[in-house]
Order: sequence, then structure tokens, then C-alpha cells
Amino acid sequence: MSAATALPVRESFEEFLEQEQAKDLLRFTTAGSVDDGKSTLIGRLLYDSRSVYDDQLESVTNASAGRNAGAIDFSLLTDGLRAEREQGITIDVAYRYFATPRRKFIIADTPGHEQYTRNMVTGASTAELAIVLVDARKGLLPQSRRHAYIASLLGLPHVVIAVNKMDLVGYEHATFARIEADFRRFLARFQSIEPYFVPISALAGDNVVNRSSRMPWFHGPSLLEYLERVPIGKRVQNSAFRFPVQRVVRPNQEFRGYAGTLVSGRISVGDPVVISPSGRQTSIASITTFDGELRHAQAGQAVTLTLADEIDVVRGDTISTPDEPPLSSSGIDATLVWLNGEPAQLNKRYRLKNASRQEWAELKYIRHRLNINSLDHEHASTLEMNEIGSVHLESARPLAFDTYAKNRATGSFILIDEATNATVAAGMITGAVQDARKVFFSPITLSDRITRVSFETVGGKSQTFTLPADDSDAQQAIEELLDRIRARFPEPDWTESGGI
Amino acid sequence: MSPLSHLRQLEAESIHILREVAAECQRPVLLYSIGKDSSVLLRLAQKAFHPGQMPFPLLHIDTGYKFREMIEFRDRYTAQLGLKLIVHTNRAALESGATPFAWGTQRCCGALKTTALLDGLRNGGFDAAIGGARRDEERSRAKERVFSFRDSRGQWDPRNQRPELWNVFNTRIQPGESLRVFPLSNWTELDVWQYIHAEDIPIVPLYFAKPRPMLVRGDSLLPIEQSFVPRLPGEQPQLVMCRMRSLGCSPCTGAIRSEADTVLRIIEELITVRRSERQNRVIDHDQDGSMEIKKQEGYF
Repeated sequence: MSAATALPVRESFEEFLEQEQAKDLLRFTTAGSVDDGKSTLIGRLLYDSRSVYDDQLESVTNASAGRNAGAIDFSLLTDGLRAEREQGITIDVAYRYFATPRRKFIIADTPGHEQYTRNMVTGASTAELAIVLVDARKGLLPQSRRHAYIASLLGLPHVVIAVNKMDLVGYEHATFARIEADFRRFLARFQSIEPYFVPISALAGDNVVNRSSRMPWFHGPSLLEYLERVPIGKRVQNSAFRFPVQRVVRPNQEFRGYAGTLVSGRISVGDPVVISPSGRQTSIASITTFDGELRHAQAGQAVTLTLADEIDVVRGDTISTPDEPPLSSSGIDATLVWLNGEPAQLNKRYRLKNASRQEWAELKYIRHRLNINSLDHEHASTLEMNEIGSVHLESARPLAFDTYAKNRATGSFILIDEATNATVAAGMITGAVQDARKVFFSPITLSDRITRVSFETVGGKSQTFTLPADDSDAQQAIEELLDRIRARFPEPDWTESGGI
Repeated sequence: MSPLSHLRQLEAESIHILREVAAECQRPVLLYSIGKDSSVLLRLAQKAFHPGQMPFPLLHIDTGYKFREMIEFRDRYTAQLGLKLIVHTNRAALESGATPFAWGTQRCCGALKTTALLDGLRNGGFDAAIGGARRDEERSRAKERVFSFRDSRGQWDPRNQRPELWNVFNTRIQPGESLRVFPLSNWTELDVWQYIHAEDIPIVPLYFAKPRPMLVRGDSLLPIEQSFVPRLPGEQPQLVMCRMRSLGCSPCTGAIRSEADTVLRIIEELITVRRSERQNRVIDHDQDGSMEIKKQEGYF
């Protein structure tokens, strides 16, 4: 048993329990392909942290007898469903739990195979850290790039690049150094990511829990030591106060409160707040909980707030700090990950759920699709399952939100198909676009025969067209021009905004 | 301010889930199984809706073979909290002689648990059933969603579950379909006990060790509350210091030898014990992957 997993020295069991209860929680996701040894790594983390019971170990040893008699097959500890066990691959997100004396962990274990982008996105959505597994023999593969990209897309600040199977390359420093250099070059474009590179062998246990004596050239902490020490949770604590209202609590005439969770920031009794979307301002009268009234509350706490003024607040409203209020718009720019077999349809009404609010929204256009292997932008008229696109949506009524980069809770949404009730897409808001239906035109009359019209695209590009000026009705001419533009660019790369 | 402890994070996450159910589902119900997880669930529901009342009733699927102490605890505790309790039992199956010995474990569970649950939900017109299941309990549960979708026959299709991102839950269903909601999804057995300790939550006394009459068969301790539990020739119950690690029907729940007679001692035992929680339940050992089959048929 290593220093990392040994129980700390303690005075009494009660004291030990107090330490236990004070532990924080790191949620991380693991990505890797079928052959990267991901299941083996997770199995080893569970096993070495004593999170596997004897009877579970017996049951996977039994099950291994047919496939690979003899040694414990760690990967079987994490393969959940029968169908998967028969196929020998994991095909969905599975959650695992383990703890060390320093910290509790929740693993969202996701498959790395190409068609399962949606599972990786799902697993990463609740995680603060991603482990990307790389096979030391193969180096940086397209899928490793994909995993790193998804980690960055989902706003994970920490990415561990675990170069696995070091035992099969003779524990060579040069191999590890080459992969690290390759990966660092690739990661340079993702400013938000802090990578940590660690050479491991999940099978042999090198640098997983214990630092390995077989790689004396490596001086960093083992994988588990890093997971135990990486700082977490600071961002939501330091962000602006946001409180999406889940329910109005009205047990009697005297009490009217708003139940919800502080998704970011902190709040104290007396603090001024603004309600979105109404824009009304008031202040916090009380913070009520089952365990008594609080003076302050912090991100992560589920409480009930009462307000100093009688204001109409309903489920779906957001209570925020007036110093830094959320954006409010019915035009939303977002990165969309399509999750469903039925492809995205332009101008179709979807149910959009953002925090506690549901609203009708239409997908107005797809700016581009992202090629997840080359990271190139591609022209697209729809998004198929597992495809990622930059899109523009219009909601029936204005929504209050933040960009995903600023706030994961208020900047994320799902789209639901009204006919099937399936969750068809996951969205990360990139910005608000006001009055996106109009066009910014700059008509210049060149002569009595020709008018030159410029308009500006969403991406800042400008286009110039000419049209006859002898039309009596300029508005009609513009409409015809628009039709021509639409015909030429069926997937518009422009915003109709402004007016003549 | 430092981030919340793991226990307070789990608590807040569960409260968020319970509030989403109450806000978005038409007729939710809390499936109350009387066990420690149900006790935790009740406390979380009290917290979620304070200072208001819990906006849904409790439903207990009583197989007829639950431990007597469980039923006593159920009636006392729910009355004390002033909660509305519905009890549903598959009387027809009991009258036809359903026991795990006469019918076999799988058929008996199918009638007294699965069928009874589906009937109980249908009788009440419930569209969302909140349960205390945890992902760490069993391998097939590791992939269960927090909001788990069931078709109009109450069945679970592991290949047709909705992706669940962030904590934005899709609660929409068609008439006849239903949701199972698991607010304790991310809790482990140890978390549950730590929370019971931290919050001083009442639990059924069967969890605490004391001398109880048991049939001793090898490593197994078999309770004898039901007279139909068959005895081997000359077999007599022995008084054994033991406790229940999980609660179910008395004929199918094995006890474990234990001296742990307080919550603290249970936690201490848990940290050193090397057997998983459900291992003492007979029902999971019918065949490899049996829980997954039960779930597909509609079992909780």
C-alpha cells in the first residue's frame, strides 16, 4: 500500500470520520479507444484504492476464465452491461466511484471509439478533468486529438495525458518525450487547457498509484497523486452570482421563497440582485434552509431565497448580481453537438432547456461544421449524430444566459425533439446576437439605373451586390435581393439585420 | 471560501434533482423501501421542499415478506413526519402461494416486486417514480441515468436511454410512459452511512448488530421470520450476533456476522469489510447479469 492510499495517522475514529466528511470531490472523465487500456487503468485505480470488494473480484475472475484464464482482468470490473461484455467493448457512459484519504472521485468512463463522440461529450459535461490515454507504441493518434478537443469544448481546465503501455516500449524516456512534444504542439491552440503528461503502465501499475522505479527519468507525481492534488472548484466560486429558480415555495401567505442552487458565486443577506428576464432589481431578504437561516451561501449550495420586494418571479427566471448581469437575447450563437440519429433540421421548433428554463427555439442556420479530426471548418446544411457545428438559434422569448466559457451552468442547454421527446443536441452558448433577423444595408445609388448594396455578414465579412434602382419600391428590391442571396447561399453565412 | 465537501455536494445535487421532478413532472411519487437509502431520500426531500410540504406521496411495494421491524418502522416514521403513504401488495400472487421456495426466486420477485410495482404506479397514475438506487450498488446500475426513461410497459431499454448532460434533465414523456428518478445515483454506500451519521437520520434497527435467531448454513445466515423457510433435517435456529447490511424480504436477505451496534461502528466495519453490499441478497445470484434482466422487465 502506497503513501497515497494509506490511511492518515489519526487520534480516534471520530477524528478520522471528520476528515472523511471534509474531503472534496473531483469528477473526471476518461477517454481512450478500446485498445488503449482504459478499462484496465480504471480497474487498477479502483483496485489499488481498495474500492473493489472481494466478491466483485471473484465474479470478474470467474467471468475471465473463458476469455483469458488466470490473472484478474481489471477491465471486467468496469464493463457494465452483458451485451458489452460479450462484445468486449464499452459503449456508453458508466460512472465509477472511489476515494483516497485525500479526496473522493467520480469517474465518467466513456468509450473513445469514433461514433461515440456523444458519450464523451456527456461524460465530460460534468467533469473538471479529463484523462486522455495514449498508447506509447502509437503516439498521438487522431482520436487523441479528438479527446483533447472535446475536453476543451466542454470547458475542462485540466487534461492529463497518460502515455500508457510504457512497459511495451522498454520504459524509454525518448518515446515519452516525443509524444509529449507532439501533443504540446497540438494543444497550443487550446489556451484554456493545462496539460499534465505522465508515463504509465496500467497493466503493470507503473506511475498509476505509486511512482515507478522503472522510469527514474520521470520526476512528476504519479497519476493518482496528481488527481489528489490538482486544485478544483475555484472557478464556480469566483464567478458572478447566478441562481436559476427551480420552484416557487409558498407554504403559506407569509412566506414566498425561490428554491434553487447557486450555480456560481456567492450571496449574502442584503445583497442587491437583479431578476432576469424582467430586469427588476431587489435584494436578498433571507437564505432559508431546512437546517436554519444562513447569512451567506456559496456556489453549489441548494437553498431557498426570499426577496425584499414583492416581485413576480417564476421557475426559469435567474437571480443574479446586478454588477455583472447575464446576457439577455432571443438570438443565440452556440456550438452544438448533435446526439440523435435524426439529423438537425433548419427552421424546426425544438424545446430548448437552459438551466431551469424551457423555451421553444428554432435552429436558424449552421455557420459551419467542425471536422473533429482536422479541426477544419466545413460547409454544412445539417448536423448528423456525433457532429459538432457552430449554429444560430432563435428562441420564442428572450433567454437570460452567459457564454459557456464564462459559466458552464447558465451557458449550456439541451435541445429536445417535441415529437419523440429525445434529447437531440447539447449546446454551449458562444454569444448573444440581437435582432438577428434584420440586415445591415449600405445602399449607395451609383446612378439612376444601379444601386450598389453592401451588407455585413455575421463573421464580419462584407458582400456587395448591385441591383437596378428603377424599382419603384426599394423595399421590394431588397426582398428580391435577399431571395437571390438565399438562393446562392442556401446555408447563409450572414445575418439579416438592420434595415434599408 | 473553500469548495463544499463531497457530502454537501452530493446533498445539493440530490436536492436539485428532487426539485426538478416536483417542478416538471405531473404526478411524481417517492418509492419508499424503508431501507437506509430511503431514509436518506426522505431527509433530502424534507430539505428540498422546506419550508413547504413534500409535494408527492410515498409508495411502498409491500411484498408481504418484509421484516416485521421494517413495517413497524415504516408506519411510525412516516406518521411522525406527517407523510402520505400508499402501500401496494400483489394480493393475488400471495393468495396463489407465491414464495421464493415454491415459485423460485425469479418468479416470486417478478410477481411480488416487479408486477406489484407496475400495478402500484398504474393505480396511482404516477408518471415519475423516485427511488433510492445508487450506481455503485451493482455493475449494470453504473450506466443508469438519473432520469431513466421507461416505455409504456414500464420497461428499460439500455440502448435507448437519453444522453444526460450537465445537470440539465429531460423530463418529457408521452402519456403512458414514465420516468424513474434516482437522486442518490452518485452516492456510495459509505456516503449514505456518513450522511446518516452526520444528519442523525433514523433507520430500521435491523441494521444494528444484536443476537438474532438464524439458520446457519456455511457462511450464510438465514432469517426465520417466515414459517415457510424450509429447514434441513434436524436444523435448529441459533442465536447469532449479526445485522442486516441491506434490507429486503426476510426469506431472501442474508444477515452478516457483526458486532456493529452503532452507526459509527457500522462505518468502521464498512471501511474494513471486503464484501459488497448486495452480496448477501440471494436474488442477485440467479445468473450472471441477473439485475440487468430484472431491470429490462421493469424491476426498479
